[in-house]
Amino acid sequence: MQTFSVEEITTHIHNLFDADPTLNSVWVQGEVSNLTKASSGHWYFTIKDTKAQLRCVMFRNAAQYVPVDVKSGDEILVHGRVNVYDARGEYQLYADQIEPVGGVGDLYRQFEELKAKLDAEGLFDADRKQPIPAFPKQIGIVTSPTAAAYHDMQNVLRRRFPMVEVILSPTLVQGSQAPPQIINAIERLNEYTQVDTIIVSRGGGSIEDLWCFNDEGVARAIADSKIPIISGVGHEIDFTIADFVADLRAPTPSSAAELATPNRDDLLIDLDRRTADLKALFMSTLSSTQNSLSRTQQRLKYATPLNTITHAQQQLTNQQSQLKRAMRQHMNRLQDRLSARTSTLHAASPSAILARGYAIVTDTNGDIVKSANQVTADDRLTIQLHTDQLNVRVED
Amino acid sequence: MESIENLSYEVAYQQLELIIEQLESGELSLEKSVELYEQGQLLSAHCQTLLENAELTIKQVDDAGEIR
Repeated sequence: MQTFSVEEITTHIHNLFDADPTLNSVWVQGEVSNLTKASSGHWYFTIKDTKAQLRCVMFRNAAQYVPVDVKSGDEILVHGRVNVYDARGEYQLYADQIEPVGGVGDLYRQFEELKAKLDAEGLFDADRKQPIPAFPKQIGIVTSPTAAAYHDMQNVLRRRFPMVEVILSPTLVQGSQAPPQIINAIERLNEYTQVDTIIVSRGGGSIEDLWCFNDEGVARAIADSKIPIISGVGHEIDFTIADFVADLRAPTPSSAAELATPNRDDLLIDLDRRTADLKALFMSTLSSTQNSLSRTQQRLKYATPLNTITHAQQQLTNQQSQLKRAMRQHMNRLQDRLSARTSTLHAASPSAILARGYAIVTDTNGDIVKSANQVTADDRLTIQLHTDQLNVRVED
Repeated sequence: MESIENLSYEVAYQQLELIIEQLESGELSLEKSVELYEQGQLLSAHCQTLLENAELTIKQVDDAGEIR
């Protein structure tokens, strides 16, 4: 049988405590008793519940940062490691943090626990996130109708996208009654309305004020919503479980309203641009049609017999005038010749000869008497003079 | 087609985009282009009206699911 010295066995026990992960970082809740704040700055106390007690020591470098005034009888949360105080053969809690129950640290711890739990369940996974509709017709708002945040959101919506219809699903957003109401408000919108997007929101406040948005039931209601949810809780620095599980986290209520809607001014600018595009496209279609028409008209113009006709007409006119000219010349020539002939004729006419004193003798038959042999005595003859005539009888 | 006055902004804008796409294809008859252009102008005017004249409406859903 092996025999240990006291130190040896104590070291062995000490090592067992060292090796245990739970004992090396643990939160313990209990009532403070026998608190001694030594002049050195170290605190010695016991925490207990109805069944057990635990010796605690908190050294000055940790004790000076304890945010609350700790007194015997207080219910507190103590964090630290449990180990053996070899010299006394006692185990004790070496405390490094003290929080009041329900205090900020306690809440933070609950927050971290719930966050880890829901994260492990996959409730925060990116592939669970539903897209937020770009052009919502209706937006459901889960908040308190009296909250300033609600009016801020209305103002944003009125400015950005006033064609949207807001359906308020009223709820408390603070206090212990808030979580079941928030859950109900989300379910109501899912069940009774056709809203495109839900905003779950409240304005800024202390961590306790915002606490209802770290409620597990609220988180699950957000996760279960068939309608996409935007969270807008508190200020930019505030993160709640609702933010992690929501489809989209907005840093503030106003920004939730912005993320839920397109901006009217942007839409107007875009609409102007597209309307100008429409007009330009139509004008280009029109002008290209017009161009092709003009080209065809041009071709048609060259293809028509009109040119040929004009040309032929021109030729015809030319020829006509040429013909006219020729005709006139010809006529003039004829006229001249006629005049010449007429005067010749005139010079040769019997009357001209008679005028010179010649006479024409004809017999009763009208035959011209050119020789005496043609007549006998007593024949009657006519002598044609220039001015008149003589009727004579041949004597011999 | 549904009367333009009853179209939501989203639908009207989508139709406007569609018309612009068709005109961009450049394969339309003049008659069709004119028709689409006129339709596009009406859609644009409707969108503009919606954007400029809309007033935020606010209702409330109560526990019984009644929306007022």
